[in-house]
Amino acid sequence: MGDSAYSFSLTTFSRTGKLLQIEYALNAVANGRTSLGICAKDGVVIATDKKLTSELVDVAHVHKVELLTPSCGVCYSGVGPDYRVLVQRARKSSQVYLTTYGEVQPVSQLVKQTAGVMQEYTQRGGVRPFGISLLVGGVDGDGTPRLYQVDPSGTFFQWKATAIGKNYVNAKNFLEKRFTEDMELEDAIHTALLTLREGFEGEMNCDNIEVGVVRNGKFNVLTPEQIQDYLDEAN
Amino acid sequence: MSILEYNGAAIIAMAGDGCVGIAADRRLGAQLHTIATDFTKCFRMAPKLYVGLGGLATDVQTLHQLLEFRMNLYTLKEEREMTPQVFSHLLSHLLYEKRFGPYFVEPVVCGLDEKGEPFLSGMDLIGAPVTAKDFVVTGTCTGNLFGMCESLYKPKMNPDELFECLAQSLLSSVDRDSVSGWGGIVHIITKDNVITRELKGRMD
Repeated sequence: MGDSAYSFSLTTFSRTGKLLQIEYALNAVANGRTSLGICAKDGVVIATDKKLTSELVDVAHVHKVELLTPSCGVCYSGVGPDYRVLVQRARKSSQVYLTTYGEVQPVSQLVKQTAGVMQEYTQRGGVRPFGISLLVGGVDGDGTPRLYQVDPSGTFFQWKATAIGKNYVNAKNFLEKRFTEDMELEDAIHTALLTLREGFEGEMNCDNIEVGVVRNGKFNVLTPEQIQDYLDEAN
Repeated sequence: MSILEYNGAAIIAMAGDGCVGIAADRRLGAQLHTIATDFTKCFRMAPKLYVGLGGLATDVQTLHQLLEFRMNLYTLKEEREMTPQVFSHLLSHLLYEKRFGPYFVEPVVCGLDEKGEPFLSGMDLIGAPVTAKDFVVTGTCTGNLFGMCESLYKPKMNPDELFECLAQSLLSSVDRDSVSGWGGIVHIITKDNVITRELKGRMD
């Protein structure tokens, strides 16, 4: 494979000094379903739009929010299959960390490692950059909740609240207005759902969104019933 | 004779009230031939974390270098100190990695964790760990060390009492072992500082 015709790196500099492949990857992200996250003082919430192409798809078996470590979860906007590769890599890294240090990998380390993988795919031969951005929620070594965004270039940011994917500019504006420093987790969950609904095409219900929550240092994906409860509270 | 007993060692780690101590002899020998009397077997890995490495001297030094490397990498990457629990796990992991060609070293770990509570652990040369609340020993006269520690240890010792207990246990144990002794060193780790004292023992 190493000496095939495509084993050179596809991500090369343009004459203007840009890496166009990475910009195209960011476009792929911006076309993807909206995801957003809020970091409250006592936890993190990540939520994503899970609208599917057909009514006939069994939504119970589509997962866009995944657990990485017991204290950390992730969701994405962009190209679905690329996501699974990164989830697999991140889980493997966290298991290596656990067997080495006997401690759950802090989210900062997990993000750094995953961002490293994404960077590698912008420079290596025979591969293309990932067509996704990640939102990672979890706790750090000292137990403080953290929210990170990881981009196809391998850049990562820590946010109080952010959105990625389709309509992310509007969603971010909305979050800017709603976010407060002393926000508690329950507030944050409601704000997350409200923001998601704001840019939602059609009726938002418990089956076409997915929500993950870090509470007391533990990550959980909410069940449709739990999501329904939150939606009912909002109405 | 086991390769673990080629150079000789006697090391004790013991917990007190909000403090821990580690004591070791200073002899480096080649079987019964004494080569040096200023050999280091206890190493400071973090401000409140010490490791004692008993066994084959070459592996003691190699393993210490490896541990130092991994500690530095960890502090740079994670921007925090390694806790004794994590250090002990890492050491056990490093030893088991070499399961079929081990470092001939039996370590003890002692330190204060982030809450200031004592932590003690010991392990064999392939990293099977054991944690203790009172004391752990390693070296070529563990029988003697266990006997002395069991007689002199009492719970909730203050730093001075802990020093006395460690010093007496060590000196009495090495008197009945021909491959360890020739002076000793004691480190007492408290929440504020580390007190290091050198012991003069029988030099015969």
